[in-house]
Amino acid sequence: MIQAILVFNNHGKPRLVRFYQHFPEEIQQQIVRETFHLVLKRDDNICNFLEGGSLIGGSDYKLIYRHYATLYFVFCVDSSESELGILDLIQHLLIFFLIAPKVFVETLDKCFENVCELDLIFHMDKVHYILQEVVMGGMVLETNMNEIVAQIEAQNRLEKSEGGLSAAPARAVSAVKNINLPEIPRNINIGDLNIKVPNLSQFV
Amino acid sequence: MPAVSKGDGMRGLAVFISDIRNCKSKEAEIKRINKELANIRSKFKGDKALDGYSKKKYVCKLLFIFLLGHDIDFGHMEAVNLLSSNRYTEKQIGYLFISVLVNSNSELIRLINNAIKNDLASRNPTFMGLALHCIANVGSREMAEAFAGEVPKILVAGDTMDSVKQSAALCLLRLYRTSPDLVPMGDWTSRVVHLLNDQHLGVVTAATSLITTLAQKNPEEFKTSVSLAVSRLSRIVTSASTDLQDYTYYFVPAPWLSVKLLRLLQCYPPPEDPAVRGRLTECLETILNKAQEPPKSKKVQHSNAKNAVLFEAISLIIHHDSEPNLLVRACNQLGQFLQHRETNLRYLALESMCTLASSEFSHEAVKTHIDTVINALKTERDVSVRQRAVDLLYAMCDRSNAQQIVAEMLSYLETADYSIREEIVLKVAILAEKYAVDYAWYVDTILNLIRIAGDYVSEEVWYRVIQIVINRDDVQGYAAKTVFEALQAPACHENLVKVGGYILGEFGNLIAGDPRSSPLVQFNLLHSKFHLCSVPTRALLLSTYIKFVNLFPEVKTTIQDVLRSDSQLKNADVELQQRAVEYLRLSTVASTDILATVLEEMPPFPERESSILAKLKKKKGPSTVTDLEDTKRERSVDVNGGPEPAPASTSAASTPSPSADLLGLGAAPAAPAGPPPSSGGGLLVDVFSDSASAVAPLAPGSEDNFARFVCKNNGVLFENQLLQIGLKSEFRQNLGRMFIFYGNKTSTQFLNFTPTLICPDDLQSRLNLQTKPVDPTVDGGAQVQQVVNIECVSDFTEAPVLNIQFRYGGTFQNVSVQLPITLNKFFQPTEMSSQDFFQRWKQLSNPQQEVQNIFKAKHPMDTEITKAKIIGFGSALLEEVDPNPANFVGAGIIHTKTTQIGCLLRLEPNLQAQMYRLTLRTSKETVSQRLCELLSQQF
Repeated sequence: MIQAILVFNNHGKPRLVRFYQHFPEEIQQQIVRETFHLVLKRDDNICNFLEGGSLIGGSDYKLIYRHYATLYFVFCVDSSESELGILDLIQHLLIFFLIAPKVFVETLDKCFENVCELDLIFHMDKVHYILQEVVMGGMVLETNMNEIVAQIEAQNRLEKSEGGLSAAPARAVSAVKNINLPEIPRNINIGDLNIKVPNLSQFV
Repeated sequence: MPAVSKGDGMRGLAVFISDIRNCKSKEAEIKRINKELANIRSKFKGDKALDGYSKKKYVCKLLFIFLLGHDIDFGHMEAVNLLSSNRYTEKQIGYLFISVLVNSNSELIRLINNAIKNDLASRNPTFMGLALHCIANVGSREMAEAFAGEVPKILVAGDTMDSVKQSAALCLLRLYRTSPDLVPMGDWTSRVVHLLNDQHLGVVTAATSLITTLAQKNPEEFKTSVSLAVSRLSRIVTSASTDLQDYTYYFVPAPWLSVKLLRLLQCYPPPEDPAVRGRLTECLETILNKAQEPPKSKKVQHSNAKNAVLFEAISLIIHHDSEPNLLVRACNQLGQFLQHRETNLRYLALESMCTLASSEFSHEAVKTHIDTVINALKTERDVSVRQRAVDLLYAMCDRSNAQQIVAEMLSYLETADYSIREEIVLKVAILAEKYAVDYAWYVDTILNLIRIAGDYVSEEVWYRVIQIVINRDDVQGYAAKTVFEALQAPACHENLVKVGGYILGEFGNLIAGDPRSSPLVQFNLLHSKFHLCSVPTRALLLSTYIKFVNLFPEVKTTIQDVLRSDSQLKNADVELQQRAVEYLRLSTVASTDILATVLEEMPPFPERESSILAKLKKKKGPSTVTDLEDTKRERSVDVNGGPEPAPASTSAASTPSPSADLLGLGAAPAAPAGPPPSSGGGLLVDVFSDSASAVAPLAPGSEDNFARFVCKNNGVLFENQLLQIGLKSEFRQNLGRMFIFYGNKTSTQFLNFTPTLICPDDLQSRLNLQTKPVDPTVDGGAQVQQVVNIECVSDFTEAPVLNIQFRYGGTFQNVSVQLPITLNKFFQPTEMSSQDFFQRWKQLSNPQQEVQNIFKAKHPMDTEITKAKIIGFGSALLEEVDPNPANFVGAGIIHTKTTQIGCLLRLEPNLQAQMYRLTLRTSKETVSQRLCELLSQQF
């Protein structure tokens, strides 16, 4: 089971925090800090697994993480999850978080140097919805990229039909349609994204 | 402010986030947040009703503030209101707020539950999905109470959409996790199992997760899932990489589902059905084969997905632990990963190999990688990986490589990360003790440990070295000499002073002949450390000094002078002062004889579980100490009701504890200094005999074997790949003697070999068993014998259990078999005429005295064999007694210490029906009953 999904930046600022096991608020904050200190002191290019901090249950839990541009993506899981599987799941989510806001909202302002981090906070609600399509109650709900995209697309249509509030620009909707969906996971062109995320190459 | 342009319509939110990001200080940030909170609060409280858009915007702001670590104590009501909106976007944000900011406010939960109930009933799949997500994410008990009945129905209903089914499965899983008592098993369980056959792989994945969790607690209920999971897995692994389309991930077909299915199969033993088992073995072989194929893509995702499946398959192979071929192949494959360039794979390979090392089939194969693992310990940059390497070395250690592994761990210890030093110290101490052939080596190792990492050497470790030195007289002289030399170092660790003080106090006389370590030199050496030590160590040294007074009369005056000094007699510490006063007095008034008695050498400590092992378990948690023995023992520790009763009592007995010393002197001057061994020892024995009750379940097939011994006394009782147990027994009247032969079938020594006879409570008063312990080491190919003297006190039904525990290679073995001591063994045959027989038969006509059983023949109905069995049973076979010559009758007397019981039996075969009727008449109901049971099994 996934106990928590924590995303914070290089300074330890939380950018996405999702607990699937109930902890009081202040403990949640402490867990984020403790986890940050655990992963911060690790070099890049060493292994992506380590034992959990004391607050979240110590050696019975594993932290599986990726350091990506300015962000750390950390999954705290128990022994029932496959480490490599979770690592791929993080990869999945990264792709979504990077692409989805661009697809569904407006094209992003190119002058931001750390687009990816800001995407998360400016589209907090979207990010949560995407996450919900992938992880539910601490278990992985869906791993099929097309299925997930279809769900998000459906959500988007609903939003649009309700009009007003956050009606996605027509441009974005057509972008969704034009994406060759089956190709997203397999042939995502990391080179393109490289412009915005300089050290993405580390996990290629 | 470029950020504002990024907003997707909620401009206010974007402005707020940008403001926060632009705050120069923490104070400014808090100020801005408080301003916003006040603003939102006033908007929520205001008279003007907010529209959906505003509510949504404010809730988003609150979520952001919460993310930054600020408490949100309002807004819940507004979020609940959004739940009942008909607009999807508003409902969605309401659910999001509730899921993230779970609140156990029961008032609110009822409202939330109401909204959820409406959405579940709406038949709108999108709304149902939102509601199920909310239940799964909050997962509170109140929600379980409200929806545990409803969710299973949605899950198995025929018209539920796939995406809703998926959500319902995981939702139910979450409810089961929080409140298993509220999720009743029912008709739906069998339908859930059949979801494994579903067309939609997403549904199958979710169902597999659900079944895995349910099956762990209710294995019987979900047994049918095994064959379905195997066939599903088989279809996936044999499919071409394009068959599963969207579920193919970087050329690997449905890796996530494969992993889940392999996990599910780990809830069960290997399938019994040979067809299913064959198919599973094929799958596992295919996975191992595919892992060897050249990669279809250079992307890391391809290798991750492929290897995720491979590692899970290997876990299953280890879990089944029944296919030596697969185990060895798995080991080889992991061996390749040990040198893989991907750190993650090296890490996982080390981790998997750790469990592989505890299987008797693959232990040797794992050992071949020792050099690679040692190299990993030396060269890995990542502490996580090094730690796994330490774990693996510990798991693969046995007598053949202990010296090498311990040496490597010691040298690693010098540079190891502080966070894992204590654990390594414990591991080294355990290995050194467990595999010590030469106890001098053991002593050296522990002293090295103290030298290298003294601060991390816990009390348990140095207590243990003292216990061992005291129990082994062959190492005492060496130990004294070594600690004496170690203490010469100008700066030595306090733990070394403790060990040195204790050992020289006990065995300093063994090296006193050498003028370089004469009594006075020893004393001066110890005393030179005295003032640098803490109070407990000084107290220990004072005890050493009084022991010196006894051992070496020539230093008595020197020591008395020290004790008499103001710094001792007037010490501010009460304990030290008391010791000084009492020891000084003791040395003045007691005669040499009394002194010698009081300060007699420590008696040996009773053998018991190493306290260090308990410490390691406590530190690492039972699941991470991979040693099989440890997990078994862990259970026995729990039986005793405390987390670590053994170490607690160990330290009571072995600490040169100040209070115990003084108690010994004050209360009973004749008792040796130190802990009163009788009481302490007794306590430990009690603790230990309790823990021995964690015996293995009876070995499979032992029932059959047991039945075979009812009518005979000699033969093989039990046999597996390692061990053979033979029996030879003789009985006379109410007494018997049984010889048990334990044969080691392997070429490796069995260690800690301990057979234990266990009588259930009731049996203890009815059957007396006496035996002596056997030698704890059984050499390869050797046989040891144990004699059990048996006395039957009164008639009995149950059979004693023989539990054998021993260590073979690195693994702990635990075997239990029923010992065939049955009531009929105490039969004395009685010959009698036909007339006598029927006369007695009629005397025993009371209905309680007769027991009859009619049963189908299990063996061919051969007259001669039947006769032999009745004689073997112990009664006399009476010929020409029964008017029907086809019938068999027998008579005898059961002898017990308290009484004798006459028994008559009659067996009537019916060849046509292939049935028997057996009638027993005895003067005691329980005896008739038991004899009838025993004899019925024989035909």
